[in-house]
Amino acid sequence: MDLNDEGSHFELKEIQTLSGHTDRVWSLAWNPATGTDDTQPVIASCSGDKTVRIWERSALTRSWDCKAVLEETHTRTVRSCTWSPSGKLLATASFDATTAIWENVGGDFQCVSTLEGHENEVKSVSWNASESLLATCSRDKTVWIWEVMPGNEFECASVLQGHTQDVKMVKWHPTMDILFSCSYDNTIKVVWAEDDTGDWHCIQTIGESSNGHSSTVWAISFNAEGNKMVTCSDDLTLKVWEADIEGMRSGDDQVLWKHISTLTGYHDRTIFSVHWSREGIIASGAADDAIRFFVESKDSAVVGPSYRLLLKKEKAHDMDVNVVQWSPGENRVLASASDDGTIKIWELATNST
Amino acid sequence: MTLGLINANPIVHAKKERVARCEDPHCDDAVDPLDIYDFVRDIRDPEHPYSLEQLSVLSEESITVDDKLGRILITFTPTIQHCSMATVIGLCLRVKLQECFPPHYKVDIKVSPGSHADEEAVNKQLNDKERVAAALENPNLRQLVDECLYSNEL
Repeated sequence: MDLNDEGSHFELKEIQTLSGHTDRVWSLAWNPATGTDDTQPVIASCSGDKTVRIWERSALTRSWDCKAVLEETHTRTVRSCTWSPSGKLLATASFDATTAIWENVGGDFQCVSTLEGHENEVKSVSWNASESLLATCSRDKTVWIWEVMPGNEFECASVLQGHTQDVKMVKWHPTMDILFSCSYDNTIKVVWAEDDTGDWHCIQTIGESSNGHSSTVWAISFNAEGNKMVTCSDDLTLKVWEADIEGMRSGDDQVLWKHISTLTGYHDRTIFSVHWSREGIIASGAADDAIRFFVESKDSAVVGPSYRLLLKKEKAHDMDVNVVQWSPGENRVLASASDDGTIKIWELATNST
Repeated sequence: MTLGLINANPIVHAKKERVARCEDPHCDDAVDPLDIYDFVRDIRDPEHPYSLEQLSVLSEESITVDDKLGRILITFTPTIQHCSMATVIGLCLRVKLQECFPPHYKVDIKVSPGSHADEEAVNKQLNDKERVAAALENPNLRQLVDECLYSNEL
């Protein structure tokens, strides 16, 4: 496979630039229910211009168009957006301290619920795999877990106060109801609830003493199997972690995530985003305007897994790259967004020589 | 005496002689520290009717530029060790530079080493882009920053 062939040459081809936002684009999300077979891919993006834009690729022209602008709801920057696993709902997190839930009602996106409670800016929102739970986090240092009830009702199930600073991102494990959060306090926390008791508590804090980051951790991403995760930080490194997935599945809450690799020396400015593709390619977006790709390296000289740089795309954008996200539908297609106000669609291709 | 100011008695220095510079800011393409200094030296202190230069919060030596890489580093010296206005000054510097320089310049702002009791914490906040963006959406803070940037010279 070409990823294992160190002689393979890759290039990142720009497919299209999506313009429209009038301020920096903080985040984007591919609708997981689209982009396969007969449905055209859809992306939601959110911005400092207080709006969320929905983009769809035309079946006819293969060109991306803006289908909707969700405005007049959030009163400040919209920091993060994420689709529910079924693709039916979109959650948006804002500096206005609320999280809005949107539903596509006959082509029209309507705000069907607003989650309030955080004391200040909400930074991130995440749905669990079964769509029964939502998590949000904020500069108020808390992580909230919400239960999804019938009729688009959301009930707060827990308010977690473990972090000592601004929480930057929350992410549910891809298959299990385990919640991860990362923070300005440099740590990553792992949270779960015993059975259905609803007693959510922190089972692990990954800090500097466990080979953790030495500055703000901005993002977390899991591999397809869910037994590894990669985190990115203001400390200019990516760190890869591993856990015994079978142990976790059997309900063992003593299973710990262990550090297996630190990718250092590749970035010289803050790394804001990291995303692990189904195929195993780690993409990173950083404050030096570049996008980088890493894969596991089959280096027999090194004990344990190691990672190598597959490609560095300099000047991917004119300004900081805030987010990178692989397409769930198409192979090796990536979307990125930037302080320059644009979203770009890319294809990671091999240079056939 | 005015109550409530963090530093009620700052030391005020005379303004430095302005060296006559080429009128056209692009007369030589490279950006040097003095180009940047000219933009920030007259920013008014949040608490006192004096410029950052007059209070020796900034000087030409505060600024380093790597024009090729497009990187700017500014260090500033708050007038006292426990200055809670340090973050406001940092925000003023960032906003001013954003306005005056092309967006591809990367700007890092720090307090000069040893000049503040919470040096690491202040530096971290000043360089967290998300925190800066959120702070500038706060109308009161934004107003204070605007006053520091746009108030007329005495």
